[in-house]
Amino acid sequence: MKYLLLINTPAPGSAEERPAGEPTVEEFMAFEKAVTEAGVRLDGNALELSNATTVRVRVDGERVVTDGPFAETREIVGGYYLIDVPDLDAALDWAARCPGAKYGTVEVRTVWEPDRS
Amino acid sequence: MNERRAARSVEAVFREDRSRLLALLAARFGDLDLAEETASEAIEAALERWPVDGVPDKPLAWLLTTARRRAIDRIRRDRAFAERLAVLQVESDRAAAVLLPEPGFEDVPDERLQLFFTCCHPALSPEAQTALVLRFLAGLTTPEVARAFLVPTATMAQRIVRAKRKIRSARIPFRVPGPDELPERLPTVLRAVYLVFTEGYAASSGDDLLRPDLADEAVRLARILHRLLPAEREVAGLLSLLLLTDARRAARTDAAGRQVLLEDQDRALWDPDLVAEGRRLLVPALTGPGAGPYAVQAAIAALHDEAADFDSTDWPQIVALYDVLLRIERSPLVALNRAMAVAMRDGPRAGLALLDDLAGAEELRGYHLLPASRADLLRRLGRTSEAAAAYRAALDLVGNEPERATLARRLAELADP
Repeated sequence: MKYLLLINTPAPGSAEERPAGEPTVEEFMAFEKAVTEAGVRLDGNALELSNATTVRVRVDGERVVTDGPFAETREIVGGYYLIDVPDLDAALDWAARCPGAKYGTVEVRTVWEPDRS
Repeated sequence: MNERRAARSVEAVFREDRSRLLALLAARFGDLDLAEETASEAIEAALERWPVDGVPDKPLAWLLTTARRRAIDRIRRDRAFAERLAVLQVESDRAAAVLLPEPGFEDVPDERLQLFFTCCHPALSPEAQTALVLRFLAGLTTPEVARAFLVPTATMAQRIVRAKRKIRSARIPFRVPGPDELPERLPTVLRAVYLVFTEGYAASSGDDLLRPDLADEAVRLARILHRLLPAEREVAGLLSLLLLTDARRAARTDAAGRQVLLEDQDRALWDPDLVAEGRRLLVPALTGPGAGPYAVQAAIAALHDEAADFDSTDWPQIVALYDVLLRIERSPLVALNRAMAVAMRDGPRAGLALLDDLAGAEELRGYHLLPASRADLLRRLGRTSEAAAAYRAALDLVGNEPERATLARRLAELADP
């Protein structure tokens, strides 16, 4: 079953305190290696935090493009993993091992499938 | 007549074994809806057959076989449903040989522990957890669960449907956590059972102080858990705590349903069998290093139960146990209870000083027992007008009628002693 791990990190410039600091490149590389070698990683990337752009199409068809994430948020998606594991417990285990969980939060979502909802 | 007797026996069997049947079917199919549906169909079949054929030797095995046949029929009829289940089949097939004995099999395994852990998965909200536990493990109907929590049936039905949908769509597994996960997962299960009990013991709102049906269910659930996990000390601790507390039930209200406080209770009404059973369980729960919070609370309850009267209670020992409890969980609620025990040991002034330290605690905001406790200590110190103000503050916050009546009576006694 496919689970998306959304790695939330404090948005740049937000007043949010970061008591635990930031994950190191080494921590992420170690996680990347583990999740790949376990054969569960389908995809995964870190996202550029500084250049979000939001697009919205109005009722009249006008395209509105704005700088930044849609809303002023304290947290922003800083990366994701798409993994394939048997159940939620396995997904939560991987989410907990993800370095992002120590410094921010990791949201675990399932891929929508019509028959399961 | 004969038919009615058979109907009664099928109800009795089903009431007793419904949760076991559900647990087995849920473990097999990984789907609570299918488990419920086929369990109900099996019961209907039993109501039809048993009056004619007689109650089978092994009613649970009969129900299980019938439910399984219905499930297979359903899967054959409904292709989309079958495809959804097919994914799950792979995993459950591994365990299938153990899970599904043939009819006549000596003992049908008890798979309720899996169901406990699924219903109390931390990915579900605490409200959903207690609702699911009552619905699937205690075997209450949705309207009964709704009544237990004093919410409309539609609200409770929706809460249960949502929780079931999450179990299915996020695929919360039906499994017992491994020994390494147990320390993290067991407290959630224990808390759900404890919440069922506390709601039964001191209803948070409504006309009755006690809702004995809920307290009974909680004790029954704790017994099942203890049977399934006999070596877990905190399970023994929880069961002990519930029994030692429940032992005082008959003394906690008078004939008119009014609340009787611990200090005024007729201790002859306490149930000596429950006290004895609770105390026996306390021994393994407390033995060894690192006793858990339920075991320590049970030890406190035992000291109350052992005292001949309120004044001769071993208050120094109770304060010492609250100190231990505070080290395990730094909760303002525990600190509040400790303050009242200190007031008994060292006098109301000492207790009041400790209560004043709790005035700003976020967790106690809106909790009627903080001002009510202050009021009692102020009353004992003869600071009447301050006590009256504190009783009024407590009256603004209290939820159930009998507790409100007690506070109002105390307030009236201040003005007119």
